[in-house]
Amino acid sequence: MKIVIENVEKRFTDSKKNEVLALEDINFTINEQEFVVLVGPSGCGKSTLLNIVGGLLSPSKGQVYFEGTEEDKEPTLGIVFQEIALFPWRSVFENVTFGLEERGASKAERAEKGKHYIDMVGLTGFENAYPKQLSGGMKQRAGIARALAVEPDLLLMDEPFSALDAQTRTIMQEELLTIWNRTKLSTLYVTHNIQEAVYLADRVIVLSRHPGHIKKIIPIDLPKIGRDQDQYRAQFEKYADEIWQLIRHDAEEALKEA
Amino acid sequence: MANTTKKVIKNRVAFLEQKIPGYVSVLGITGILLLWELTCRLNIVPPLFLPAPTAIITDGWEMISSGELLKNLLASLYRILGGYAIGAVLGIMVGLLLGFSKLADAIFTPIVYSIYPIPKIALLPLIILWFGIGEMPKVAIIALGVFFPVLINTFSGVKSVDPSLIKAAVTFGSNHFNVIRKVILPGALPTIFAGLKLAAGTALLLLVSAEMIAAQYGIGAMVLHYGNLMITTKLMAGVLILSLLGLMFNRGLQWLERKLIPWK
Repeated sequence: MKIVIENVEKRFTDSKKNEVLALEDINFTINEQEFVVLVGPSGCGKSTLLNIVGGLLSPSKGQVYFEGTEEDKEPTLGIVFQEIALFPWRSVFENVTFGLEERGASKAERAEKGKHYIDMVGLTGFENAYPKQLSGGMKQRAGIARALAVEPDLLLMDEPFSALDAQTRTIMQEELLTIWNRTKLSTLYVTHNIQEAVYLADRVIVLSRHPGHIKKIIPIDLPKIGRDQDQYRAQFEKYADEIWQLIRHDAEEALKEA
Repeated sequence: MANTTKKVIKNRVAFLEQKIPGYVSVLGITGILLLWELTCRLNIVPPLFLPAPTAIITDGWEMISSGELLKNLLASLYRILGGYAIGAVLGIMVGLLLGFSKLADAIFTPIVYSIYPIPKIALLPLIILWFGIGEMPKVAIIALGVFFPVLINTFSGVKSVDPSLIKAAVTFGSNHFNVIRKVILPGALPTIFAGLKLAAGTALLLLVSAEMIAAQYGIGAMVLHYGNLMITTKLMAGVLILSLLGLMFNRGLQWLERKLIPWK
C-alpha cells in the first residue's frame, strides 16, 4: 500500500482578504514502510501539507489517496502533534488507548495493546499518571504511543520534538528510530531541523516558500540505524549541507518577514 | 590589605511567602462576635435594631425545636435545589450546543444576549401569571436566573477548548457526539464550574426575593414576616441561615469540582 499526494494546492484568504497561495503543485508518494521527512523554512506550508494528508484540512485542488488498500477498509491514521495534544483529563493509559476505544476495541484488547505500546515508548509505571505530571519528553512519548496504538497505515508527525530541549530531543530521535525499526510504519514527518531530517529519513522532501512547492527530493543513502557514527559523518554532513543550501535563501527571507 | 566589608544579600520578597498561622482567622471572627455582644450588653445599640448574638442563638434554638425553622428551610431548599438543578442542566446543554454548532450559535446567541441582561426578578409577575402562585413560579425564576450565567460560561468554556485536542480526537476516530462528550465537555468543565459558582449567588438572591414577594413558607418569607413584626432576633436567625446556606452551597460546589476535575 502506498500513499499518493497528487497535484495538491492550497489557497488561503488572509485577514486583509488577500488570497495567499500556500502550497502549489505538490506531488509525491510515500511507499510502504518508508520514512519521508518534509523539511523547509518557516512559512513554507509544511504543516499545512501534513494537515491535508491527515484529513484535517481540505486542499483547494488535488487529492491525497491510499493506493492498494485491502477491500473497502478505511485507512487508519495516527498523528503525533507538535502541541502534543494529550487529553489532560485522561491518564497516560486512557490517552494511549483513546484511538482503540473510539474504534470499539474490547477492554482486553485495549489493556493488551495499551501496555505493549506504553512499554515500547518507555512509560512503564506511568500508566495512571495525568499528562500534567509528566515532563515534556514523557508527554510526547505518550503522544507517540497513542498514535502507534491504532497501528496506523500512515503515521504523521508534525514537528513532534520541537517543544523539547535539545538533549531530550536527541534522545527522543534515537528512540523514535528504534521504535520505527520495530513497527516499520509508513511515516510522514515534518521538521525544520535539517540534522533531524537527515538522521531519520529514507527520503527528504525539501520545500520552499511563496508559494510552498517541492524544491528537491533527496533520497538518503545511508543505513537507517547508526547514521551518527563516525564513518558516515562526512556523508551525513554532505546531505545536511545540500539541504541547507537549498533552504538558506528562503530561511533568510522568512526572517525578514516575521 | 584594605578594609573589606561583608554585605549579605537578603531575600527582599520574603513578604510574599509570609506564613500566617490558622488561628488568626478564628481570632478575627471571635473578636467581631465579642465586640458585637459587648455593644449590645452595654446598651449602646437598642436590641430592636441589633440584637445580641446570644439572643439570636437563643431564639434561633427555639425556632429549631418548635420545627418552624425546619419547615421553612425545607420549603426553601426544595425551591433552590430544584430551580438550580433545572437551570444548570439546561444551561450546560444549551451552552454545549451553541458552542459546538455554528448554526445554533448564529440563531440563538442574539436571543440569549437580549434576554440575559433583564434582572430576572422583574419577570416574576409575568411568571406568576403563567404558572399561578404555587411552587412552580419560584422554581422557574431560579432556574431562569441560573440558566443564563451557566449557559454563557459553558459557551465560553467550549470556545476555549484547545483546537488541537479536537483535532486529535477526530484523528483517532471520534464522531461528533464523542467529541462533545469526551473532549469539549471535560475541556469546558473548569469554566462551567466558574459559571455554576456565580449562579449559586444569583439563585440565593432570587430565592429570597421570590419568597418575599409571594410565599407562605420559606426563609425569605420568614425573614420578611419577622421584620414586619419587628422581632429582630428571629429575623437575624433567618439571615444567619441564609448565610450558612450560601456557604454550604459554595463548599458543595468546591467539593464537586475537586471530584470532577482531578487532573487540574
